[in-house]
Amino acid sequence: MSLLEIEDLHARAGGSEILKGLSLGVRPGEVHAVMGPNGSGKSTLANVLAGRPSVEVTSGKVLFGGRNLVEMAPEERAREGIFLAFQYPVEIPGVTNLYFLKAALNAIRKHRGEAELDAMDFLKLAREKMKLVEMDEKMMGRAVNEGFSGGEKKRNEVLQMAILEPRLAVLDETDSGLDIDALKIVSKGVNSLRSPERSMIVITHYQRLLDYIVPDFVHVLAGGRIVRSGGKELASELEEQGYAWIEKGAAPR
Amino acid sequence: MTPGESLEHLANREYKWGFVTDIETDSVPAGLSEDVIRLISSKKQEPEWLLEWRLKAYRRWLEMPEPEWSSVRFPPIDYQAIVYYSAPKQKKKLESLDEVDPKLLETYEKLGIPLGEQKRLAGVAVDAVFDSVSVATTFREELSKKGILFCSFSEAVREHPELVREYLGSVVPYSDNKHAALNSAVFTDGSFVYVPKGVRCPMELSTYFRINAANTGQFERTLIIADEGSYVSYLEGCTAPQRDENQLHAAVVELVALERAEIKYSTVQNWYPGDAEGRGGIYNFVTKRGKCAGRASKISWTQVETGSAITWKYPSCILLGDDSIGEFYSVALTANRQQADTGTKMIHIGKNTRSTIVSKGISTGHGQNAYRGQVRVQKGADGARNYSQCDSLLIGDRCGAHTFPYLEVRNPTATVEHEATTSKIGEDQLFYCQQRGISAEDAVSMIVNGFCKQVLKELPMEFAVEAQKLLGVSLEGSVG
Ligand SMILES: Nc1ncnc2c1ncn2[C@@H]1O[C@H](COP(=O)(O)OP(=O)(O)OP(=O)(O)O)[C@@H](O)[C@H]1O
Ligand SMILES: [Mg+2]
Repeated sequence: MSLLEIEDLHARAGGSEILKGLSLGVRPGEVHAVMGPNGSGKSTLANVLAGRPSVEVTSGKVLFGGRNLVEMAPEERAREGIFLAFQYPVEIPGVTNLYFLKAALNAIRKHRGEAELDAMDFLKLAREKMKLVEMDEKMMGRAVNEGFSGGEKKRNEVLQMAILEPRLAVLDETDSGLDIDALKIVSKGVNSLRSPERSMIVITHYQRLLDYIVPDFVHVLAGGRIVRSGGKELASELEEQGYAWIEKGAAPR
Repeated sequence: MTPGESLEHLANREYKWGFVTDIETDSVPAGLSEDVIRLISSKKQEPEWLLEWRLKAYRRWLEMPEPEWSSVRFPPIDYQAIVYYSAPKQKKKLESLDEVDPKLLETYEKLGIPLGEQKRLAGVAVDAVFDSVSVATTFREELSKKGILFCSFSEAVREHPELVREYLGSVVPYSDNKHAALNSAVFTDGSFVYVPKGVRCPMELSTYFRINAANTGQFERTLIIADEGSYVSYLEGCTAPQRDENQLHAAVVELVALERAEIKYSTVQNWYPGDAEGRGGIYNFVTKRGKCAGRASKISWTQVETGSAITWKYPSCILLGDDSIGEFYSVALTANRQQADTGTKMIHIGKNTRSTIVSKGISTGHGQNAYRGQVRVQKGADGARNYSQCDSLLIGDRCGAHTFPYLEVRNPTATVEHEATTSKIGEDQLFYCQQRGISAEDAVSMIVNGFCKQVLKELPMEFAVEAQKLLGVSLEGSVG
């Protein structure tokens, strides 16, 4: 039984069709890597899952845990366990990371029928999770992503994921902008969250990330469709040959 | 509803303080004339010099034009339709708070300002003004032990006429502008504070203004004098019933800080703003000014303006003493059809005077929000410095933000810096919050509070919480 089931998905953004018949199934515990050239629709796929208002699903099916995702508000999807680590995390001036994350976690806990955490309990939890991504505690007192370096923003996304414990995490180029050490730390953080109940979709351009976060499947997205799927070895093939074969209409051997 | 619409859409906001207290009043008939002013003055058993001052102000008012330089728009005010004095009937002179009409105590309790001995707010002394008069002042004995005078303006005229006479009109002359002239002619009550030399006022002083009677204007006057080396923090809050007619509130506040004295003046303004179509609401036309008269004195204005149909106010500082400091921190929120034209004037006269201006304007619905600020550096103000920051936040497409900074620098050694930004609550920010499970409404409130943080942190604790709630309430329904 799939956790996520996408069938013949068509989606529009900014007046043109971006996703043109995409199908993908993700079972609990699986990690799927999605690769593909710039502008092929990877982030658009992530946005469809998270419910970004500027992307419109025109046809096809997207089921999450058997429920029709398309009809759910973005916050409801989040509360149901969909997490998107943004390719470009957003700054919220004047709102501390601590306050923001506590509000997020408590909204989700409330939805699950769990008691809300008070400031002390939350701080304890946050401290624990910060160790996971080796983040300085000072970052908690700073405004959400404001003035964070590119790498710090990405780390902050993984921290949020660790705290919110989603059922499906979509990581959109979480590796870009990270130095080698940070890449290892972030991967370690992500790996520690792998579990039989939690699925991940990892969008990346680089095989290097997949050396650390080893996927069960690799998909190539091009022209709004998945044009090839395979095991983790597909990533190294792509690394060698690039995407020129797509234009030529032939798959690499 | 598309996301674009959902950001734009502004539903009715609910005004929770709109009730009316049913109480017998002693009022003068509607209309303004020398006779009405004489009547008010005699009701208050005022000395002759004060009546004369009122009459001079009135005669000046008759000649003055309405200020037309601001961007607020409203039909002409019919001054003859307004009642200039309305007071709850009181049988005899009050000996203690226990004798205050229970209906009044109940009113203030409903507003969250309990006055009774047992329930009153810890650490905050309150002067409660109901329509034209002060009905109670708490913690008076404690304050008087330190020599601090905190009482209604009327009482100050009776008990401390020498202080009132010396300072009344010394910062805001009656001829300053039409609204100030009107106030000078007909003001009925307000608060008076005097903090003696070297005394640090041990608690927050506060006035809570309540308009209750219909067709009545509120014209209160506040005078705060901080003697050498003293400190006082003063708070002001206000609400009014929900009515379809506009009501006029034309107040004057004068602050005087002598050498090394510091006055911190905070306002949370929540007059009835009118309904979604712009019916009713208070015209809030207020003249507030502080004089840093002594060396190294400091006056700091903090305001959170969420109410009123129209807000027209420019709390200002005259930096006369060398090394004196003026500050202005402001949040102004306009929703529905509200208009705000607010800002400050910083007049640098003394050497090495410094001023800081931080203004945050938030507009939603059809709200119009203007920042209007003047920084003037006089010839003799060597080394004067000013820093101004004006940020505007727009929620939706039908509201507006406008910034009018005026700089006048007559001294080459002065440094003046001005920064201004305008941003929209981006769908990106909203979506980011929602993706983390936070509802759109909570997200807007969170983003707005973050935007205002620099100002909110200047408020005393008890008020900061109140102000945050108010901003939240005011934004209710701003996303649909
Ligand atoms: N809101 C939008 N308005 C206009 N065009 C859009 C919008 N969203 C996506 N697009 C377009 O859709 C295409 C796919 O964009 P998308 O961000 O999904 O690509 P991507 O595969 O994530 O690329 P990259 O590897 O560069 O991150 C691009 O051509 C992009 O410009
Ligand atoms: Mg992308």
